[in-house]
Amino acid sequence: MDTGQTFTVAALGSQFLVGLSRAMILFIVSSGMSFVLGVLRVPNVAHGSLYMIGAFAAFSISTLFGGGATGFWLALILAPLVVALVSLIAERSLFCYLYEREHLMLLLFTFALMLILGDLVKMVWGADYRSIMAPELLRGSVNIFDSPFPRYNLFLLIIGPLVGIGLWLFSNKTKVGKIARAAAVDREMVGAIGINVSWVFAFAFVLGCFLAGLGGALVSPTISVTIGMDHDIVIEAFLIVTIGGLGNMWGALVGSLIFGLTQSFGVLFWPQFAIVFPYIAVVIVLTWRPRGMLKSVW
Amino acid sequence: MLEVENIHTYYGLSHILFDVSLSVPAGQIVCLLGRNGAGKSTTMRSIMGLTPPRRGTIKFKGEPISGKKPYQLARQGIGYVPDDRRVFADLTVGDNLEISERKAEGDVTWTKDSVYEFFPALRHIDSRKAGFLSGGEQQMLTVARALMTNPDFLLLDEPTEGLAPMIIETLEERIGKLRDKGLTVFLAEQNQKVALGLSDQGYIIDNGVIRYHGSIEDLRENEEVRKKYLLV
Repeated sequence: MDTGQTFTVAALGSQFLVGLSRAMILFIVSSGMSFVLGVLRVPNVAHGSLYMIGAFAAFSISTLFGGGATGFWLALILAPLVVALVSLIAERSLFCYLYEREHLMLLLFTFALMLILGDLVKMVWGADYRSIMAPELLRGSVNIFDSPFPRYNLFLLIIGPLVGIGLWLFSNKTKVGKIARAAAVDREMVGAIGINVSWVFAFAFVLGCFLAGLGGALVSPTISVTIGMDHDIVIEAFLIVTIGGLGNMWGALVGSLIFGLTQSFGVLFWPQFAIVFPYIAVVIVLTWRPRGMLKSVW
Repeated sequence: MLEVENIHTYYGLSHILFDVSLSVPAGQIVCLLGRNGAGKSTTMRSIMGLTPPRRGTIKFKGEPISGKKPYQLARQGIGYVPDDRRVFADLTVGDNLEISERKAEGDVTWTKDSVYEFFPALRHIDSRKAGFLSGGEQQMLTVARALMTNPDFLLLDEPTEGLAPMIIETLEERIGKLRDKGLTVFLAEQNQKVALGLSDQGYIIDNGVIRYHGSIEDLRENEEVRKKYLLV
């Protein structure tokens, strides 16, 4: 095993930050999936597709506004809203008619949605690689632990906790959030106190998809945006919510940290096999705690 | 207030309720007595639209309500207290009440504050998670939660089940108070003492069929019928 690197504190430290910023993207995406899973009790297979649409929409919006800083910030705000709109249309026109059906129908629907959205993306944006420039402010790097650390990753380290705090405030301090938490546990009883559960589901679905779109928009300057980027993320998000505890927002955070950090330290210790480490972590966690690290709502 | 006419209810293939008819006049407490598994909860669920009957009609305030969803019925003024309590365990007592709040059109309006006045024991545990409450506190909370929807008509499914005698007494007194405040109550019970003490009329259900209907005085005196259908 040739690591070609000495494990100085600095190297460990900067790799830790890299893992942490990766974990932030994973958290934003998987918390959305976890939210949908918790309230609707259905794993949204199309979650990755919505993340991909978020990235492509961010590309189009930033290009439309000249590709500068304005374009980037507008893309960051508007792309998730585009994704939310797409999901709202899918939910109100099709998905909402399936809630009374058996569970498998819901799962099949999200699978169909994944295929349809994948092809739609291909039709609209084609198969080319696209890239987005981060604004001047977020380009380049700063020195942390005596090694260069990308400014954009620092930005992600700020956004991630903000999203987490926002989600926490939403589900604990707003009436809609509380209703969503109640519906996650007992949807029939929520109906019996006069709440139209169908709209609660719509809201939860759209919010979850919004987060997928936000993740896609945020990741777009760090990768090349292309078709196929939906597959990796949906598998990762699934694993994260599983090891974290289904439907538990903090579980999504814990799972994302495990996933992101094992990935980045894997790169440091054994680059050729870096990709394996998060999956080994998943196996270990699930052997140790089959229902996930934190309390699952199921 | 409520008219149930010849309903038949099924769980999947099993036929549970056979031709059940009953009526609950406004301002009264009417009880439905029966053993475990006699069909009390299914009758409650049928009225609330949770397990809609396949045949028959249900009228509420003179209007047919068959086919309506539970949330629509709750908005029309039916409050439902399920037999297994089903508080929202993850939410605090206060949040349980808050999400149930629905402004009433009538003159009697329940707010969180007036509900706490009605059940003072709940006020002290406002910020406790409902999942950590005792059985009696949970039962008070489910009644309180139903009151927050400002109903005219309350479906109470075995409110005293599994509770200590002291708490049963409190609940009994509170339910009577609700009638004094103008609420109509349909009460399913196994506890004869509570039901006979509170109600104006009684029905007896056995094996999904209504076996007896009469005023509560008649039912109190008719020991034979009570022995036949209610003794375990």
